[in-house]
Amino acid sequence: MTAIDGSVLPAEAAARTSFWIRAHEWATTVDHKRLGLLYISSGLVFFLIAGLEASAIRAQLAFANNDLIGPNTFNRLMTVHGTTMVFFVGMPIFFGFGNYLIPLMIGARDLAFPRLNAFGYWLFLFGGLLFYFSWIGGDGLYGTGTAPDVGWFAYSPLTSPAFSPGNSTDYWILGIMVAGFGSTATALNFVATILCMRCPGMTLGKMPLFVWMMLVNGFLVLVALTPLTAAQVMLLFDRFLDSHFFDTQAGGSAVLWQHFFWVFGHPEVYILILPAFAVASEVTPVFSRKPIFGYEIMVAATTGIGFISLGVWAHHMFTVGLSGPVNTFFTASTMAIAVPTGIKIFNWLGTMWGGRIRLRMPMLWVCAFLFEFVIAGLTGVMLAVVPFDWQLSDSYFVVAHFHFVLIGGLLYNIFAGIYYWFPKATGKMLSERLGRWHFWVFVAGFNVTFGTMHFQGLLGMPRRIYTYDPGRGWDLLNLITSLGVILQAIGILFFLVNVLWSLRRGEDAGQDPWDAWTLEWSTTSPPPAYNFEKIPVVQSRRPLWDLKHPNDPDWRYE
Amino acid sequence: MTTASATPPAPAEWTLPSRGRVGMACLILTESAFFAIFIAAHLFYIGKSLNPPYARDVLELPVLNTICLLSSSITITLALRALRRGAVGTFSWLWLATILLGLEFLIGTGLEWYGLIYRDGLTIDTNLLGTTFYSLVGFHAAHVTLGLLMLSGTLLFVVLGWAGERDVERIDVLSWYWHFVDAIWVVVLTVVYVIV
Repeated sequence: MTAIDGSVLPAEAAARTSFWIRAHEWATTVDHKRLGLLYISSGLVFFLIAGLEASAIRAQLAFANNDLIGPNTFNRLMTVHGTTMVFFVGMPIFFGFGNYLIPLMIGARDLAFPRLNAFGYWLFLFGGLLFYFSWIGGDGLYGTGTAPDVGWFAYSPLTSPAFSPGNSTDYWILGIMVAGFGSTATALNFVATILCMRCPGMTLGKMPLFVWMMLVNGFLVLVALTPLTAAQVMLLFDRFLDSHFFDTQAGGSAVLWQHFFWVFGHPEVYILILPAFAVASEVTPVFSRKPIFGYEIMVAATTGIGFISLGVWAHHMFTVGLSGPVNTFFTASTMAIAVPTGIKIFNWLGTMWGGRIRLRMPMLWVCAFLFEFVIAGLTGVMLAVVPFDWQLSDSYFVVAHFHFVLIGGLLYNIFAGIYYWFPKATGKMLSERLGRWHFWVFVAGFNVTFGTMHFQGLLGMPRRIYTYDPGRGWDLLNLITSLGVILQAIGILFFLVNVLWSLRRGEDAGQDPWDAWTLEWSTTSPPPAYNFEKIPVVQSRRPLWDLKHPNDPDWRYE
Repeated sequence: MTTASATPPAPAEWTLPSRGRVGMACLILTESAFFAIFIAAHLFYIGKSLNPPYARDVLELPVLNTICLLSSSITITLALRALRRGAVGTFSWLWLATILLGLEFLIGTGLEWYGLIYRDGLTIDTNLLGTTFYSLVGFHAAHVTLGLLMLSGTLLFVVLGWAGERDVERIDVLSWYWHFVDAIWVVVLTVVYVIV
């Protein structure tokens, strides 16, 4: 189409741009929406890779005395799977959600520092690529290369040069460190954006809960991630400059590494789960047709979790023999953190109570999340009890527990968020039909795999073993666990097909397909580069409700 | 439909914190967490070195260094006060004084390290003292160096006329970083030289 004077219209010009021009646009973009999508899609690619690694692990463990994968490869797969899922899947996907949604939800045109945002994304991506280069780097293409094999928490003294020669551990250190700088930059950006870029009228008490939780999350990243960087610098010094931080031969302490790692590692769990809560807090009210129950309490609980999460780390270390008072303190703090988390669960239930629930895909995932996450929480409280932990630490019970947190808590909400905001980002609805296949097959597979895993743990099967003798009572359980992986993989396949199919053939979404209340739904789908033609002015927590119901606006009651 | 109800008064004044300041505050927060781990390691290993040299035998309180670095916080505050008045000349001299005081600190640290390495035989791989001392003090010195580079860049820009009174808010944000480097030094001084 051309305009009357014969010049090419901008839309037409955009459609004609070649692949390379578009690639260049994406590579140099500083737009928060594009960077958000880059974060999410790279995170999903890493998710598929780490999922394949997990499948290989389960294939090896399906039968006793299996020799599909040797012990060395098993250690590498296990390490890389864990590290990838935490640093290159969980964090970036939620950074992607934050990137895309925070400016839209607070009525801003971009993040506070758009170029820093791009910098953060590329650091994350190249950190991940550096980490994965270890499979072919170092020794060259000998199948497994020099991928790290020290576990995702890389306990000392296994990481000292004597026990980890070569560069495999260095890939673990540097890949995470580079990505960590990017995460710190992005967290700084989120905090600055939320505090400094809100549209007129959007006081802190009127922000959507998603934004509140990302704010607390940003602070947690800022205080928890650099301690890991610091500990990794110490490890690098130990490995390259012969210093003695974790060198027990020279009076150093291997337990100190554990403290430093978990000072980061436990807040990290909340860094991962708070954005998941954030998604649930947006989806639940919209699909229950009610405002969120207990907004102020939700904010207080989020902040409470933020603070308490900094003081629970040593519950990962009960088995190293800390003193009685220390164990008691960390048991108490770990149980205490279950309180604000429980408050959240009850608030989501309270939001659903008496609501007109629409069980569309996002809500379905959030409902399933509530079930799985309560199980995860209960096993978590069980493991907080020291004698119980002594019995089951380093067993498959713990593995089952944290997969209920990270899949049942985290991944379910990633799916909820994708089904909820996909229409906003692409202008197309995801197919509800394929979505239901995805949901039921994946949820069934997940529970078969990880529900079963509790029992191997209770029967004494340790983590991180590459094989086991038959006749210990684990054989059938392990086979069931591994078979569940097939169901999960099929579920993921449905999801991928759904995304690809809906991108081309999906129903048009329009501006506000869910009849929602937050500002991102007040602009077009996908939003223009500048987000809002006119910066909105906000009077209540549900600005879009006010616009739709001028006779009964929310601000009268708040 | 009845007439739409009156909207509540739009916020008369909508002021938000400056993103530069919030960004710098976040940087300071995350850097503090970074230093906290090195400080914790140093405190944990006090008196645990298996072989000499020990801290009480070789470390001397760096009085002159401390005086210089702490006074640089005063000169940078005075410099900014001058810039707010529009006195660019005074600003430049006070800013230069800040840089020189910082430079003295770096030189002092260099001389201290030279003595420790060649006189006392303390390096990063000698014992736990060397390990934690050089990494903690070294990371602080690295931050001083970075600060000096940024301070010098600012001075260059102001002298060349590329920056000036209109950038006082930005330069003020930079001064927060310098104050932070100073504050960390007070902590480092306490745990490294005072608690031995």
